[in-house]
Amino acid sequence: MRNVYVIGVGMTPIREHWDKSLRNLLAEAIARSADDAGISLRDIESIYVGNMSSGYLQGQEHIGALVATQLGLIGVPACKIEAACASGGMAFHQAFLSVASGMYDCVVASGVEKMTDAITPDVTVALIMADDQEYVANYGATFVSLNALVYRYYMEKYNVKQEDIALFPVHCHRYAQNNPYAQYRRAVSLEDVLKSPLIADPIRLLESAPIGDGAASIVLCSENFIREKGLSPEVLVQVAASAAATDTLSIHEREDISTLTASIKASRKAYEMAKVEPNDIDVLEVHDAFSILGILHLEDLGFAEKGKGTVLVKEGELEVGGKIPTNLFGGLKARGHPVGATGIYQIAEVFLQLTGRAGKSQVDGATVGMAQNVGGVGSTVVVNILKRVR
Amino acid sequence: MIVESVPRVWREKKYKYRLIGSRCKSCGSTFFPPKAACKKCGSRDLEEIELPKRGKIITYTVVRSPPRGFEYLVPYVIAIVELEDGTRVLTQITDVNPEEVKTGMQVEAVFRKLKEQSRSGIIEYGIKFRPIR
Repeated sequence: MRNVYVIGVGMTPIREHWDKSLRNLLAEAIARSADDAGISLRDIESIYVGNMSSGYLQGQEHIGALVATQLGLIGVPACKIEAACASGGMAFHQAFLSVASGMYDCVVASGVEKMTDAITPDVTVALIMADDQEYVANYGATFVSLNALVYRYYMEKYNVKQEDIALFPVHCHRYAQNNPYAQYRRAVSLEDVLKSPLIADPIRLLESAPIGDGAASIVLCSENFIREKGLSPEVLVQVAASAAATDTLSIHEREDISTLTASIKASRKAYEMAKVEPNDIDVLEVHDAFSILGILHLEDLGFAEKGKGTVLVKEGELEVGGKIPTNLFGGLKARGHPVGATGIYQIAEVFLQLTGRAGKSQVDGATVGMAQNVGGVGSTVVVNILKRVR
Repeated sequence: MIVESVPRVWREKKYKYRLIGSRCKSCGSTFFPPKAACKKCGSRDLEEIELPKRGKIITYTVVRSPPRGFEYLVPYVIAIVELEDGTRVLTQITDVNPEEVKTGMQVEAVFRKLKEQSRSGIIEYGIKFRPIR
């Protein structure tokens, strides 16, 4: 396999973009990433688009050709990659493979979700499509409710209190204030979280990622490309690992409902590929679609023992200067979660950290960063590790 | 279900009306819904079995923000039930005040309406669970 590098990223702010359609957002993000990399759109040899629900929410599939057309890139291979909320991470994984294999020298891994064209009951229908339609959704289960089942099981198994789990969104909101792309740039208190309305007991509104619109894009390339284009980035960031794993589609088929084994498998593969251990990771982005998931991820990725994830949050270890600085752009909870784009936002944020462009949330000297993107309740997990090599 | 479909409901009837799962003939593992291969031993030799109709609640939640089509039921309980043979199913708990539901509660299968496929579509039936009183 050839070495693969990330040379530029582009994001739109995550908002309720009433004035922009899916194609506008996606084209904007890809164009920004090309500008950031200092390349022409015409240098792009292939486009991967992470997206979950364009078919249901916009009645639009075939968004690869849609965005290629929008950008005037007629002839360039382009396709949608779908793995529910892990679509973005999986699009990056596929883009990585396409350069690593020697097939392409410069490609784009992008992601988009345009959620506010629909009303909440329809978005709820779209999101539960991540699970089994015939044997789970049919009984009225919502995506939030499945995470709530995990939440209660975890609390009862490990005797952990909601007050401790609910600290995760408080942490994320504090850091989102420093992120100009974040959907909610304001702090919330633990009391705000615990007093917010119940969505599916015990999950409250401020423990759940919001609905929003956004797109993000990353330019990946080979060493050849950097040389031939005469690019000389001050800091060079390599994709040190890209790994994915699956688990049962539905949580009731798992032996331990409170462990996401796909997260364990994908991260161990990634650590091995990058030749790093959890304590080598300088910055981390985890898929906190719900407060409980943020906690589970810290455990399953190897940063805390089972049942002890909340201790890291309580003791400030997720902060800049802590043991494992995590979700410093606000995470899914406060940066926002435009589903198919989320995995790309996460990797772009890690890139900004490694290139010293993270503003007030910068971790000094960050060299190795990891992004974990999850589809369904851990049914797909993609882990990508970036490393500054110059 | 988004696309209204009569054949889909028809072919799933057996599994949903009678709780038919599958058992691996090689290692004995059981599954719901039925599988094409066993996740434990990899065998493709599986047989359909009728699962027990009683079990206990392993974990539960109360849905307050429903998907389209379930608005009339709110608040309703979704739970994972472990059947007497150890097979787990995801289901709705019915005939109960949500406040009364507890982990460990003994429940039994009952035949109920699951949903309607729009105003003019067909009505889907299947199994829910209720507390054993």
